[in-house]
Amino acid sequence: MNIADYKDIYVFCEVKDGKIHDSSLELLGEASRLVNNRPSLGYKVVGLIIGNYDEHLIDDIGYFGADKVIYLKNEGINHYSTEIFTSLFMDVINNDKPDIILVPATVLGRDLAPRVAARCDTGLTADATKLDFDPENLESPLLYVTRPAFGGNLFGTIINETKRPQMTTIRPGVMEKLKKHTGRQFIKDIRNVDISTIKDSVKVLEVLQKDHMAVDITKADIIVSGGRGIGDNFHILEECAKMMGAEVGASRGAVDKGYIKKDHQVGQTGKTVRPKVYIACGISGAVQHLAGMEKSDYIIAINKDPEAAIFGVANIGFVGDALEILPLITEEIKRYRERPF
Amino acid sequence: MNILVLLKQVPDTTEMQIDKETGTLIRAGVPTITNPDDLAGMEMALRLKDSYGANVTCITMGPPQARNMLRELYSMGADNCVLLSDMKFSGADTWATSNTLAAYIKTVDYDLIIAGRQAIDGDTAQVGPQTAEKLNLPQVTYVDDIIDISKERIIVKKALENNYEIIESSLPCVITTLSTAAKPRYMTVKGISDAFTKEIKQVSFDDLEIDPTIIGLKGSPTKVKKTFTKEVHKNSDVLHLDGKTSARKIVETLLDLNFIGK
Ligand SMILES: Cc1cc2nc3c(=O)[nH]c(=O)nc-3n(C[C@H](O)[C@H](O)[C@H](O)COP(=O)(O)OP(=O)(O)OC[C@H]3O[C@@H](n4cnc5c(N)ncnc54)[C@H](O)[C@@H]3O)c2cc1C
Repeated sequence: MNIADYKDIYVFCEVKDGKIHDSSLELLGEASRLVNNRPSLGYKVVGLIIGNYDEHLIDDIGYFGADKVIYLKNEGINHYSTEIFTSLFMDVINNDKPDIILVPATVLGRDLAPRVAARCDTGLTADATKLDFDPENLESPLLYVTRPAFGGNLFGTIINETKRPQMTTIRPGVMEKLKKHTGRQFIKDIRNVDISTIKDSVKVLEVLQKDHMAVDITKADIIVSGGRGIGDNFHILEECAKMMGAEVGASRGAVDKGYIKKDHQVGQTGKTVRPKVYIACGISGAVQHLAGMEKSDYIIAINKDPEAAIFGVANIGFVGDALEILPLITEEIKRYRERPF
Repeated sequence: MNILVLLKQVPDTTEMQIDKETGTLIRAGVPTITNPDDLAGMEMALRLKDSYGANVTCITMGPPQARNMLRELYSMGADNCVLLSDMKFSGADTWATSNTLAAYIKTVDYDLIIAGRQAIDGDTAQVGPQTAEKLNLPQVTYVDDIIDISKERIIVKKALENNYEIIESSLPCVITTLSTAAKPRYMTVKGISDAFTKEIKQVSFDDLEIDPTIIGLKGSPTKVKKTFTKEVHKNSDVLHLDGKTSARKIVETLLDLNFIGK
């Protein structure tokens, strides 16, 4: 393997509900940031999409930061298949020689990326939270990939010096997508691919919806989040959130106690959120919780304990009883809304 | 039916403490446990054994201490336990681990391989799929339930972000299980006493036909450049006010940020 033959940053783009999933758009944003930070490499951002989609979907990949989109098209692909996607991905790796491949750490990405990495015998770093080029050598395309380990107690920076491509999956919600820019110029490389020789022994028989409507707190502008300190009084927090037009978040402490459903959990093993305002109530601020919310634009914390770690990441903190303060906030907003003028 | 279950002994990360001075993990005294996702896989294998009859073989790669875990797995109902242990295997990343596991698995008969989705020390979720790749087997990850199994195929329920899929795969294949999929049974008293009479098969480098350049720390393409803990900076105003004033101040802040409109 001649490492110098490999170039550019490839982003695997996942389609969900007829759209490029945000987690992929975020990676396009991050890839753009990386190539701009090291212009001497002359790398491009290449989006890779596999399946059978409308052209406008392909355009979005360009509008969100790709310089080139490789679209592997086959009308027979109507669903993700580990084997078909791995085989087609391998053809691109052999043919186009990407130096870096970023894959969202979604359920699909975490099924596909390890399979691809093993097939081309390269390294793969999982669930990265930070990417940078080698800070010690400003000409180097070596990727420094930072990720949490040991349940978020420790962070490691991982490199792959010997094999190409350098592959990593990245947690959804961690990187920032660019603003959609419909004037962006990019190359469209549409390849009609043959899948008739790929042996696929897995089939999806049925797609089930979950019985309750899963909430998606990652899209909210404001999140009011509760921890173990709220106890079984989440209704108080929910009322306040409703008055604000906010979504409800929670710590794992609260989820494990059964105070609220897992869909609401924020953190390392829950969702990564970056709302405009995050209000943490009765949450101590364990590293695993912080990992999911510390990038919020503005953080307000309410906790009884003046020493709580959550105050360390908050923009403003209130030492006090959340169960007393929350209803007062609800009342205050109500009063404000009902003001004559 | 021969079922292989892949398991790992891991430090209980919920018990882990950080030395704030040195920024390193305090490992001493941290209890080890069987990785929760793997244990659910073990339980699913035992349920298949209960219903259809099966031979359940537990396989782990790890240091000699992992024997304790294997004894417990015997107590739960494993038929065979295998420990892949050698200094040459240690320090492996997921690729090198999968190469080692696959090299051993190629020497035995199996219909189904069950691995946990991910281990709580690394959280990578890569060893299952990478082992499947090295054995050239189909895979289904994030399995929450086994719905049906016959000689040629298995039907499982896979959990995705917001829904489930019912998936069929031909056998043999690799499935990776979630810790929520099955609550592991307790060890029985008889099982515990039997466990000490059963042999743990020990496999070292010399027992495997494997290229030494694709295993262990040396064979791993990914290397840890550095580790660190996160410093939390105190940058906030922490106010001690009465409830009413706190509430008012929070609402003012939201108004300032333009959040409570009209
Ligand atoms: C592998 C791993 C993954 C994890 N993943 C996550 C994750 O994704 N998300 C997550 O959140 N956690 C996660 N955790 C758990 C995490 O370590 C903490 O245990 C958890 O976040 C604690 O939840 P908590 O803050 O609600 O509870 P506690 O730590 O018990 O804190 C409760 C807080 O409430 C305060 N309080 C009590 N009563 C009141 C009151 N009336 N008013 C105001 N304050 C009050 C207390 O002072 C205290 O600070 C993970 C742990 C591990 C090991």
